[in-house]
Amino acid sequence: MLARRIIPCLDCDLQVPGGRVVKGIEFKQIRYAGIPWELAGKYYEDGADEIVFLDITASHERRETMTSVIRKTSESVFVPLAVGGGIRSVEEAREVFNAGADKITVNTSALKRPELISEIASKYGNQAVVLAIDAKRRYTLEDGREVVQTPEGPCWFECSFYGGREFTGIDAIAWARKAVSLGVGEILLTSMDRDGTYDGFDIPLTDAVSKRVRVPVIASGGCASPEHMLEVFQKTDASAALAASIFHFGEYNIADVKRYLKERGVNVRV
Amino acid sequence: MIAIVNYGMGNLFSIYNALDRVGADPKIICDPEGLAGADGIVVPGVGAFGSCMDQLSRFADVLRRAFEDGVPMFGICIGMQVLFEESEESPGVRGLGWIKGNVVRLPEGVMIPQMGWNSLTIKRPVQMFDGISDGDMFYFVHSYYGRPIDKSVIAATTEHGVEVTAAVVKDNLFATQFHPEKSGAKGLKILENFVRSARC
Repeated sequence: MLARRIIPCLDCDLQVPGGRVVKGIEFKQIRYAGIPWELAGKYYEDGADEIVFLDITASHERRETMTSVIRKTSESVFVPLAVGGGIRSVEEAREVFNAGADKITVNTSALKRPELISEIASKYGNQAVVLAIDAKRRYTLEDGREVVQTPEGPCWFECSFYGGREFTGIDAIAWARKAVSLGVGEILLTSMDRDGTYDGFDIPLTDAVSKRVRVPVIASGGCASPEHMLEVFQKTDASAALAASIFHFGEYNIADVKRYLKERGVNVRV
Repeated sequence: MIAIVNYGMGNLFSIYNALDRVGADPKIICDPEGLAGADGIVVPGVGAFGSCMDQLSRFADVLRRAFEDGVPMFGICIGMQVLFEESEESPGVRGLGWIKGNVVRLPEGVMIPQMGWNSLTIKRPVQMFDGISDGDMFYFVHSYYGRPIDKSVIAATTEHGVEVTAAVVKDNLFATQFHPEKSGAKGLKILENFVRSARC
């Protein structure tokens, strides 16, 4: 049986020479957490099942910095690496794969041009294309929306793009289904309502998407403790849980979190 | 020298770096002549069975000779599947056929591709598994799996809806469905065992 995965996420500011892993606090102050490949190396030693790098500047000009980060990381990190942020074409995806990435994640560019998914998937395989969705609860119900019951009432989920700065009007669950039919092999599902709150994952959202699509779902947004990871694995079919800041500042160690989960019956690799 | 066969399918960084890490002297080889004198040969693999065989066919004779000469060989993922005679993924395309049997699709009802870490059941405690125990987890990404007619070649299995062939062994040939180069310390251990066998 496949193990549930624990995935640290490195948000990278590539405008700093060599790149820095950052953590935004309430969308304003930026706190530097470290050098990308050094942190990746530490998480690998601690037992990370996979590592995600997101270019938060999402700028074409910084692509070379990202490829050098990946190339450097792949010298000493022997688990799958996923890379996202501003990848708009097969050509840009190719640069990242050639640097040693196993998967790329797409978000804004795929919302604007869904064929990008099939273009990359047909060349590199479905397993290499991860769709990142930033979903926000909307309690005003409309016809044709995929409604999810939550303790706060029924809602649908709207996709955001441009790093959460703009909304699309697109139903996140319907988009997930469509993207899977276009060739997406995995979904990185971030709750905008929970991201940065430390209140735990959005369980109804994660449950709904992981039941309604047949590809692995990575739960993201709101994780502040091992208890939150336990909750998302016990209450949903999520294949993986993603977290950033709880690992960055030494609050929790991946090895300890995995031991905690295993002791409570979750199938993880320790 | 450990040769990594480069037949133009995807990036070979990971396997190169992993072999380098375990003390091999890896070289990426783009032409069949380059395989002469290799102490060991790694056949990596990504993509579909058909396109993989297309690209690999020019290496087929040299690889067969090396196999018959007893050169240690290691196939990974599609590099394991092409050892079989044929695959449901690409009907009509002949594989290398060194292992009798075919490659079939994972059953309906399970997540396809199987993507993630799954545990091994070791069927044959071969030297490649020195330092590896039953239950150790490895990283898999695949939609098809090999079904050998002679079950004694199965070195390990995993479970994904059905019992899936995870590794095969035949004389000097060893191959895994999982990616040792993406499977952390345990994956490196298997590659280290391979490199050691290539030096004997």
